[in-house]
Amino acid sequence: MALLEVDGLKAGYGRIEILHGISLRVEPHMLCAIVGANGAGKTTLLLTLSRLLPVRDGRILFDGREITRTASHTVVRAGLLHVPEGRRMLAEMTVQENLLVAAAARKGGSAPADLDAIYARFPILGERRALPAGSLSGGEQQMLAIARALIMQPKMLLLDEPSMGLSPKLVEQIFAIIAEERARGTTILLVEQNARKALAIADYAYVLERGTIAVEGKGGDLLDREEITAAYLGESSATGPASP
Amino acid sequence: MIAQQLLNGLFLGAVYSLFAVGYTLVFGVLDILNLAHAAIFTAAAFTAFSLSMAGVPLPLALIAAAIVAGIMGILLDRVAFAPLRARNAGTLVPLISSIGVAIVIGAVLRGIYGIDERHFTTGGLDTAPAIHAGPLTFTIVELTIFLSAIALMLVLSWVLRSTSLGRRIRAVGQDRIAAALLGINLEATVAATFFIASALGGAAGVLTALRYDSITLDMGGPIELKGLAVIILGGMGSVTGAVIGGFILGAVETLAVVFGLSAWRDAILFGVMFVLLVARPTGLFGKRALRAA
Repeated sequence: MALLEVDGLKAGYGRIEILHGISLRVEPHMLCAIVGANGAGKTTLLLTLSRLLPVRDGRILFDGREITRTASHTVVRAGLLHVPEGRRMLAEMTVQENLLVAAAARKGGSAPADLDAIYARFPILGERRALPAGSLSGGEQQMLAIARALIMQPKMLLLDEPSMGLSPKLVEQIFAIIAEERARGTTILLVEQNARKALAIADYAYVLERGTIAVEGKGGDLLDREEITAAYLGESSATGPASP
Repeated sequence: MIAQQLLNGLFLGAVYSLFAVGYTLVFGVLDILNLAHAAIFTAAAFTAFSLSMAGVPLPLALIAAAIVAGIMGILLDRVAFAPLRARNAGTLVPLISSIGVAIVIGAVLRGIYGIDERHFTTGGLDTAPAIHAGPLTFTIVELTIFLSAIALMLVLSWVLRSTSLGRRIRAVGQDRIAAALLGINLEATVAATFFIASALGGAAGVLTALRYDSITLDMGGPIELKGLAVIILGGMGSVTGAVIGGFILGAVETLAVVFGLSAWRDAILFGVMFVLLVARPTGLFGKRALRAA
């Protein structure tokens, strides 16, 4: 059974509909990528899945339960964790307070043990624990954003552009964390501007185009199909991703 | 004389601060001005009055009235703010709906208590002994009011700084979306914020009523404007700023009297505020006011 199942999902802002009926499935322990040009609706899709935007039509099933109308914090407590675009630090609170807020959301969690585990895995966060999260570098903030999600022991992670604005070296580091988390068995839905990199590691991928799914398939297969890379990865056109 | 007036300023400032921290807490979390805060302040004073008339000892009446005020705060949120929040109505519309609730509360109080001034005199306040410490004179009631206000603010500061609830409240104030994605129940946290803010505002109402031994329907009027001045001076949304701002206000008011300028009290007060705000446009501890700019 799929861990996440989305059927005919429609959503948007105000009078504007962005998603025009998205259907997708993510199997347990898989890494699924969503790629597409800017404005295709990738972030809107994640915001709708984590219930920050209302569902206009269709339904969402997570872990066998319907969450189409469930409140965001309930979805989080069910184990569906969204690491948002732009990292969304609690900037005036310390690194440790950011982690404690997250740790408190997990039932049966033990904050001291959970914190120790996170600091062992991300030593730089341990060093910076007493600093305001807003004072961290971009890479450190991304690490904290992921660490906040991991401390809640997710069944599934929704990652929105985790490599955005980072240096190549830090991008490698973030992708290494993603690979490590996948190896631990966490299901991952990855939205990435770096489509080539995302397709290369994805078990399965969806190409989103103007609010609908244009193409889907195994990550490697999509990478090999020239018309996909040409149309969506902007490799054979000088003007970036082409829009038909 | 100056020492005595400074002490009076401290006593006065503590109650201003207590009123203002509740005001600023709601602003810090929701970015809205709760213009029913003063109405709840008044309602709590009348509640304590009724309880003391029914024979409840004053300290217990204070606590019970603060709890009643806290519950009123939660109801206020459900009636005046939550429906607008759900529709993303912005920050100006809730201003109007909270004025509406304030008018309703005032009308209900007038219906119950009439327009006459009420007194706690049965509580034994009139016979409270004065304390002389060197050149200073104050009553046990004034001291108790002062210590109660300080104690409540210390508890608030501890809750915000060191408890899980406090972290949730601050998280919602900083970034509602981030807070939701970290598993925080936004509506429950907002309700807790209104309970705390209104309970403190209510306690300030009871303490003010005790200080002057007077409970009137319009007792919330002056403190509403002064409270607004205090939170702007301290920096919108800053609890520390509201505490310090309250004491500055109390000191300026009483010192104006020392220098024989009592008729100019409010002019001096707002003049000081004007100068401070020109120097620091976001208030003493404010960063948030610039955020929207």
